[in-house]
Amino acid sequence: MNPIRNISRRTFVKSVGLASGGLILACNTSVFSDKETAENKDLANFNPNLFVQLNSDGSLILIASRSEMGNGVRTSLTSVIADEMDADWTKVIVQQAVGDAKYGDQNTDGSRSVRYLYEPMRKIGAMARAMLISAAAQTWKVPMTECTAENHVVLHSSGKKIAYGDLVEIAKNLEVPTEITYKNPKDFKYIGKKLRGVDVEEYVNGSAIFGLDKRLPNMKFAAMQRCPVTFGTVKSFDKTAAMKVAGVIDVIEIPRIEKPFGTLGGIAVIASNTWAAFKGKEALKIEWNFGDNVAYDSEKYMKQITGNVHKQGKVGKDVGNVNKAFKNAHKTIESTFQLPHLAHAPMEVPNAVAWVQGDSCEVWAPTQDPQSARKEVVDYLGTTEEKVTINVTFLGGGFGRKSKPDYVVEAVAISKAMNAPIQVVWTREDDIKHGYYHTVSSQYLKASLDKQGNVTGWLNRFALPSIASTFSPGVDYPAGFEISSAANVPFDIKNMKVEVGQSPAHVRIGWLRSVINIPHGFSQNVFADELAVAAGKDPLEFRLNLIGEDRIEETEDPIKYNTARLKNVLKLAAKNANWGKPLPEGHAYGLSVHYSFYSYVASVVEISMIDNKVKVHNVYTVIDCGTVVNRDTVKAQLEGAAIFGMSLAFYGKITAKNGAIEQSNYSDYKMIRMNEIPKVHVEIVESTENPTGVGEPGVPVIAPAIVNAIYKLTGKRYYNLPLSDYGLV
Amino acid sequence: MITLQINGKKHQIDVAPEMPLLWAIRDIVGLTGTKYGCGIGVCGSCKVLLDNSPVQSCMIPVSAAEGKNVITIEGVSENLQLLQASWTALNVPQCGFCQPGQLIAATALLDKISEPTDEEINEAMIGNICRCGTYQRIKSAIHRTVELKKQG
Repeated sequence: MNPIRNISRRTFVKSVGLASGGLILACNTSVFSDKETAENKDLANFNPNLFVQLNSDGSLILIASRSEMGNGVRTSLTSVIADEMDADWTKVIVQQAVGDAKYGDQNTDGSRSVRYLYEPMRKIGAMARAMLISAAAQTWKVPMTECTAENHVVLHSSGKKIAYGDLVEIAKNLEVPTEITYKNPKDFKYIGKKLRGVDVEEYVNGSAIFGLDKRLPNMKFAAMQRCPVTFGTVKSFDKTAAMKVAGVIDVIEIPRIEKPFGTLGGIAVIASNTWAAFKGKEALKIEWNFGDNVAYDSEKYMKQITGNVHKQGKVGKDVGNVNKAFKNAHKTIESTFQLPHLAHAPMEVPNAVAWVQGDSCEVWAPTQDPQSARKEVVDYLGTTEEKVTINVTFLGGGFGRKSKPDYVVEAVAISKAMNAPIQVVWTREDDIKHGYYHTVSSQYLKASLDKQGNVTGWLNRFALPSIASTFSPGVDYPAGFEISSAANVPFDIKNMKVEVGQSPAHVRIGWLRSVINIPHGFSQNVFADELAVAAGKDPLEFRLNLIGEDRIEETEDPIKYNTARLKNVLKLAAKNANWGKPLPEGHAYGLSVHYSFYSYVASVVEISMIDNKVKVHNVYTVIDCGTVVNRDTVKAQLEGAAIFGMSLAFYGKITAKNGAIEQSNYSDYKMIRMNEIPKVHVEIVESTENPTGVGEPGVPVIAPAIVNAIYKLTGKRYYNLPLSDYGLV
Repeated sequence: MITLQINGKKHQIDVAPEMPLLWAIRDIVGLTGTKYGCGIGVCGSCKVLLDNSPVQSCMIPVSAAEGKNVITIEGVSENLQLLQASWTALNVPQCGFCQPGQLIAATALLDKISEPTDEEINEAMIGNICRCGTYQRIKSAIHRTVELKKQG
């Protein structure tokens, strides 16, 4: 793929002859619209080349620049190119991009892949089609206007046709047309339809290569013991017993790298197989310097931050006059919500293969962000970018954990020390005990109602260790992006105030599927339900009234939210669930609605309780995510989000004692299993709006909807998660 | 030396008898379709068939598999192939990592019960975690397989 380097930056898209005879299309940053550039300022700094390679035999290689972790991105992004290109999907071969800025932002995170890349992919596809039509017109010596493209063939009005593969030689020498025409969306063959994942066969026959499955000749396996307390360091260690384990080759110390994605450091055991590395690790005797975080105690910490939200905090938003509204209120309601840390716990543990040779290095890793991994490796080795190749394998789940490449740095450090290809493998215990945790939070909400039951004032005061603390140690208040999802609550309330309380971090805080929307979505939706009860109104009617008139709400975000779309998903979810109609004896509904990642999602859940245990029977989720690329992927993501949301509602809880994480594996950090699943019904709103997020926005609605249903059924309101703490599951 | 019979093929391996079967399959024999998920027998990612019974290979010492017939996700069994076809047709996998274990558990179920009820499916599949949450499609794919078999 070297010819890409020759592309003129001034050219929008250019064809590039390829040694093997194919046509390559590449494009520069200008394929990104101003809107997309505005959404992510970083994007403007990159020089993305997203491309297509058409071969003479008609085979079409399309590059997937984003990571595949169950998000279906290898199918959705490439299908957009193929559709605009009028390509035959059966001739498409998807190739995974290595980590390189030429592909644009590759960080598969923030529910952004289709959101950012839909337009650029369409442009590339349309450009390719135009060039192929031009090549055919030239061949036949007819005007382009008499030619059309269809399913990998260019047709002439006379009935003549020529296959795409046969046009490669001419097309690759053509200037790229300056004007392109998009297909009419009604002619889409793949976009908006159900398309099976391109990798499904490999997944089901066991041949898909995840990071953990990468093998190199003479590769050794490594496991690391890290300090139980975050940022603790090795005082001394005794490797005698570990060295006696059959298969153990060496034991070395890996110092901590004090960077957000640097390794925590520890003692690495290198062995001839994974099991020997694990056994050797167990046999290590290590003395630690625990450091300050040894005092971290989740019970005490929750009291501390709850104390901080029960007194005045720093102001994050102040509109109208909340104090006056509270003073003149018919009723005021106040509640405190407490949510624990969560761990990502993807089925595939963090792992990476690295082979350092001199000042060069090749990595194979399940990473959501190969460019970030590359930067860390370049920094660690003190080398240059072109000496470092990051190959992206399949990811056995990511959920935000695998956008933090500390485990890649470990593999590189050990490979360099051992002068051999190394696969570092985290045990599940390592994964649970040394993660980048979803924040722990305490939130105090207070609202006032007038005599008619309208909300006149709303105060949200919260404290949670910030993700920013991972990047700027010492940050001890929530950051702007953590405030905005509390401040941009889509309710029509004249007097609103958001305050934040002090909340220093004692573990690495990271983003986990839907991030800050988990605590904010929970408190807002449970509290709104509580207000509906206080106002004596039906939660659906109350919520629609709270959202208020149809309007475009101004926020600091480039995309403004539209209250009509928000109300629409709520109404549809209620309709699908038959809200208001009688349910079987002992069953109840709860609802929740949330706007995140620029998408609108509502869920209604139907539950019952037997022996005080919650059973979720049905989840009715509706999403408005604008234009849909792959209908089946969107559906699957929302089915999965319901289960992910249930897992955190039922069981999700990570706690620290004496600085060490108390949970260790799926045995005490539990997940929803087959016997607990509801039937998940998904409706996707038909829309021609720009595509918005899909992977994450289905998560935050689930827990509050369940809690609201429990209230409806029992009259008891639960403010904290997980529900297992109350013996409800 | 321990002799393992995996997917009908014999493998002579020189490992400690207490090495879990999982690691012998993955790191010694080199079949990577069988996955490590928890190492303590609670997630099901490492399931294989041992003389037609589903076992968590992270919990079985390799010595206990000697003389027995091991079938992994790469192997051949009527129900496994039928289930794989249904998994594909219904686009079951998301990240795909747990699916080999899910398929092995489902194969063992259909080997034992030709027309399982939802309750029987729950019981057979309860040991397999899917963090992506594909359970609903897994259940549908099992039902589909049964239906197709009934139709012959």
